[in-house]
Amino acid sequence: MKENIIDLKKIILKTVHSKKEGHIPSAFSILDIMFALYDRVLRIDPKNPNAPDRDRFILSKGHASIGLFAILANKGFFDFSEFENFAAYDSKLGGHPDCNKVPGVEASTGSLGHGMPIAVGVALGEKIKKSDVKVYTIIGDGESNEGTIWEAALLAGHHKLDNLTCIVDYNHSTDPAIKVHDFTEKFKAFGWESFEADGHDQEALYQAFMKDPGGRPKAIIANTVKGRGIKKIESDMLAWHHKMPNDEELDEFLGELNNRG
Amino acid sequence: MRKQFFTTITDVIEKDEKAVLLLGDISVKGFVDTIKKYPGRAYNIGILEQATVGLAAGLAMTGFTPIFHTIAPFLIERTYEQLKLDFGYQKLGGNFISIGGSYDYAALGCTHHCPGDVGILKHIPGMEIVLPGTAQEFHDLFLQAYSDGKPTYFRLSEKSNPESYPVKFGQAHIIKTGSKATVIAVGPSLKPVLEAARDMNVTILYYTTVAPFDKETLKANSASGKILICEPYYRGAILPEVMETLTGRAIQVETVGVPIEFLNKYGQAEEHDQCIGLTPAGVKEKLVKLLA
Repeated sequence: MKENIIDLKKIILKTVHSKKEGHIPSAFSILDIMFALYDRVLRIDPKNPNAPDRDRFILSKGHASIGLFAILANKGFFDFSEFENFAAYDSKLGGHPDCNKVPGVEASTGSLGHGMPIAVGVALGEKIKKSDVKVYTIIGDGESNEGTIWEAALLAGHHKLDNLTCIVDYNHSTDPAIKVHDFTEKFKAFGWESFEADGHDQEALYQAFMKDPGGRPKAIIANTVKGRGIKKIESDMLAWHHKMPNDEELDEFLGELNNRG
Repeated sequence: MRKQFFTTITDVIEKDEKAVLLLGDISVKGFVDTIKKYPGRAYNIGILEQATVGLAAGLAMTGFTPIFHTIAPFLIERTYEQLKLDFGYQKLGGNFISIGGSYDYAALGCTHHCPGDVGILKHIPGMEIVLPGTAQEFHDLFLQAYSDGKPTYFRLSEKSNPESYPVKFGQAHIIKTGSKATVIAVGPSLKPVLEAARDMNVTILYYTTVAPFDKETLKANSASGKILICEPYYRGAILPEVMETLTGRAIQVETVGVPIEFLNKYGQAEEHDQCIGLTPAGVKEKLVKLLA
């Protein structure tokens, strides 16, 4: 990884500010998780993005696409210059990821509840092939309101897909609508190995990724903060879900990141 | 047609190591031996259709050819967004084989009716739609199209035409030619058309694939400009293609098919056919009107 995570957050902020598109809080909520995955866990080759034996990462909560794009560009799947065209008519990069346009994107997600069943299918396919490919997906706590998440959890548990890891981005964004409560116990009830981790502690995340799931699919319930790193967003995450910073706010947010960095 | 489905799919699973069968807890008895023999590629996956279509897309991404089967409303209407995005938008290949189209399960009521399947699937770019008229035609069409890398819907029917034709995927078959009108018969609706038009000087074009739609055969066999479309689902589903094909010409179009309303009676499918005029007499009435 070339840039550090603070620099990636700055690129995201500047892009969303100038292009008036992108979900900053959702991207910042999962940036540590994806950074840890792409930095230390996934078996991938940016020069050969379709290698059959690559590990797969599927961003089920597709609205955090700008976070994924920052990670992929940083890894070398494409150039950071693509951000200059973000969400434009002819851009590869948009408000949700398109696997037929963007190298390194494994699934075209955006409608919630689609990525995880696809990840289960990929994991099952790799099991049928008896490969050692591992499959990872990130779902949101809001996304887990969707029934397909639990249909997919049931399938993965039943078929003992121990090559599948689901990371729950548990930033409590859905609490005002409907509380999901204890994800850990819910996944265990569906036949998964399941435990919590600090979603912003990359070492803790790495250890969680390395943990043997004991022949079952693994759920990492990542405790996260929506808009992590920007206090104004953290304290009013619902208002900021799809809000674009104005010029003053951009300066304020970049300054805050500079002070933290 | 359903027995042939068991035979054809069993054969495909045996011969094609890329084929994976997913049963939505329907028709399981027909595949008991297959599931035992090929536990990695034949599943009674359960009653969770939306996630199953997503899972099938994941299988397609890893190089497999999924074949998902259950009753039409649950295969198509419940999973519509998964079919649209996971297969259509992502450009993945897979097969979706239904039973119980329209009101084949008449006595089970409207929860199990599905005359809307063809019409809504036509709005998914790249989706192929196949309606065999006989068991043999299902076998032939499935083998022609199942591994073409596109999402394909095969609509099995409890009804069957009197005889099979050498059908080709994506092509209409010319049953007979005449000069007074052209009848487009889709899948099992050919049976009442054959009887109604037996002694009439009309062309009969038999469509077992409605998407992609064979425009060329229609264009070359519609000189009269009088068109009768006979469809076994909500009527009018292929009307845009017919109009587009014949654009710029003076034409007159009549349709026979399922009206867009809840057919909230039970009974037998044949009783519903009678009610909506999907019968030899009903087709003949429309033809006579068209020729007048």
